[in-house]
Amino acid sequence: MDLILLVFIFTLAAFLGFELIAKVPSQLHTPLMSGSNAISGITIVGAIIASGTDDKSWLTTLLGTTAVVLATINVVGGYLVTDRMLGMFKKKSAAPAASDAAKKEAAK
Amino acid sequence: MNSPLLINLAYIVASILFILGLKMLGRQASARRGNTLSALGMLIAVVVTLLDQHVVNYTWIVVGLVVGTAIGVACARLVKMTSMPEMVALLNGFGGLASVLVGWAEFGKMRALGWTDYLRTLGDAAPPHAFTAGAIFFAVMIGGVTFTGSLYAFAKLAELLGGRPVLFRGQHLLNGLIVAAMLVAGVAFALAAPTGGAALAAFAVFLVLALVLGWTFVMPVGGGDMPVIISMLNSLSGLAACAAGFVIANNVLVVAGCLVGTSGFILTVIMCKAMNRSFGNVLFSGFGAAAPAAAGVPGGAAAVKGELKPISAEDSFSVLEAARQVVFIPGYGMAVSQAQHVVRELAELLENNGAEVRFAIHPVAGRMPGHMNVLLAEANVPYEQLVEMDAINPLMSQMDVAIVIGANDVVNPAAATDRSSPIYGMPIINAHEARTVICLKRGKGAGFSGLENQLFLLPNTRMLYGDAKATLQAVSAEFKSLAA
Repeated sequence: MDLILLVFIFTLAAFLGFELIAKVPSQLHTPLMSGSNAISGITIVGAIIASGTDDKSWLTTLLGTTAVVLATINVVGGYLVTDRMLGMFKKKSAAPAASDAAKKEAAK
Repeated sequence: MNSPLLINLAYIVASILFILGLKMLGRQASARRGNTLSALGMLIAVVVTLLDQHVVNYTWIVVGLVVGTAIGVACARLVKMTSMPEMVALLNGFGGLASVLVGWAEFGKMRALGWTDYLRTLGDAAPPHAFTAGAIFFAVMIGGVTFTGSLYAFAKLAELLGGRPVLFRGQHLLNGLIVAAMLVAGVAFALAAPTGGAALAAFAVFLVLALVLGWTFVMPVGGGDMPVIISMLNSLSGLAACAAGFVIANNVLVVAGCLVGTSGFILTVIMCKAMNRSFGNVLFSGFGAAAPAAAGVPGGAAAVKGELKPISAEDSFSVLEAARQVVFIPGYGMAVSQAQHVVRELAELLENNGAEVRFAIHPVAGRMPGHMNVLLAEANVPYEQLVEMDAINPLMSQMDVAIVIGANDVVNPAAATDRSSPIYGMPIINAHEARTVICLKRGKGAGFSGLENQLFLLPNTRMLYGDAKATLQAVSAEFKSLAA
């Protein structure tokens, strides 16, 4: 991965992030936050590489493994708790069938 | 097809899923699916990383994944909805610490292998040493601040520490010095030979200082400003992951970390705007620490003359029974007394009695962005009934009764009228415009900001003292006895 490309990607992602979140209803602030919190657990990728590389150093392995544990908690806990929260947001008197239809509508 | 190409293609797919997931999280109808898509992206990223040619030892990875998954599942299943702010803070802290450890492990690897051999583990990228060292510095610094800052926020939210801001003389100077010292150590680290003692010493210095700084800079922030801090720490955890991505020259880390960093930043700005305060003011003012005697309303220049007029549950019932338009205004007090289910029950009784019921939600009510929405959703309040501040205020004068449940500063009319008030200029829900206001409060005394609330002294306001859950149950009981 070329370095300058990495910086390029970073810049574009920053602008994209601003655009994506600009208009979110306040009801969704908590799920948005905990959902993006789970994404920040992406550092798990770095943790896996750190813990799996064999440099004959117990310190790297220890640090990497601890990082894997922590990042996994962040990822798994974050996604599940967000899902649990979103599962509670309900429309009034929406029959299960109707909400399924709404979901299909949204998917189109 | 060789493995780096395959891995990078999969990383692109994962990035797309993160972007789509975040976008869908912004709409009620698609939010849950968005979260699932983003989780799928994470799964893909993890699985293909295991195929990386540099990953040769799977034992400890598997151990880490299994242990982490078990703890994560347990956390997510067991946490109560009222404890959600501290849960988010804690998870965030773990993410931050993970980034610190990744930076540390990479530095350790660099020392063990030597710079030339270390470069080979980075694949095609051939960054200058100063670049990688700088990235390690940022990953450790931002991750460290995120970690201890989140832990402090967690302790405050879980009420292990007092909610009031902690200020001491020279606090800002101390924080400034820490930042300066860290930057010096960072520069020294980037310039020193990685295997030498100087690099190790510099690393130790900024690691420790980052951990100290996270603690000291969240200290002066009070409980009511927590929504800002939580979203800011969230943003920082993304940036830490992003920095870790620059260390190992990994594009998916950079993209995902950056997305979280910017989206968290926007949320932080939204929270600040909702309080009409600058970000710097939230971080540094220690808002609500000292009782603001100068601006304190009783005896102050703009004091509203009046007295607190208590009301009983029975009388509240009579007022509510005649009401056609009722609005609930929840605040942190509702979370503390876990009254959300009782509130929903009363709302249903009022609806059966022919009243139209709304819930007015201030953007910074509670301890994290959207806190009240989560609690009311847990109690099965349909989200159509939840009205944002800007939508409810024009209707407020038509409301027969406004019931304020443990909210304080967000309904204080001093914010609109009293120039000497510390919260002057903060947008509020205009509860005082309702015909009758019933304020539920645990006891007399000022709210989080230390301010006496002018709303409580107005002629149309009645105070219903006691634990919100118990008093609301008493009111509901009156309705039920009527029906029986």
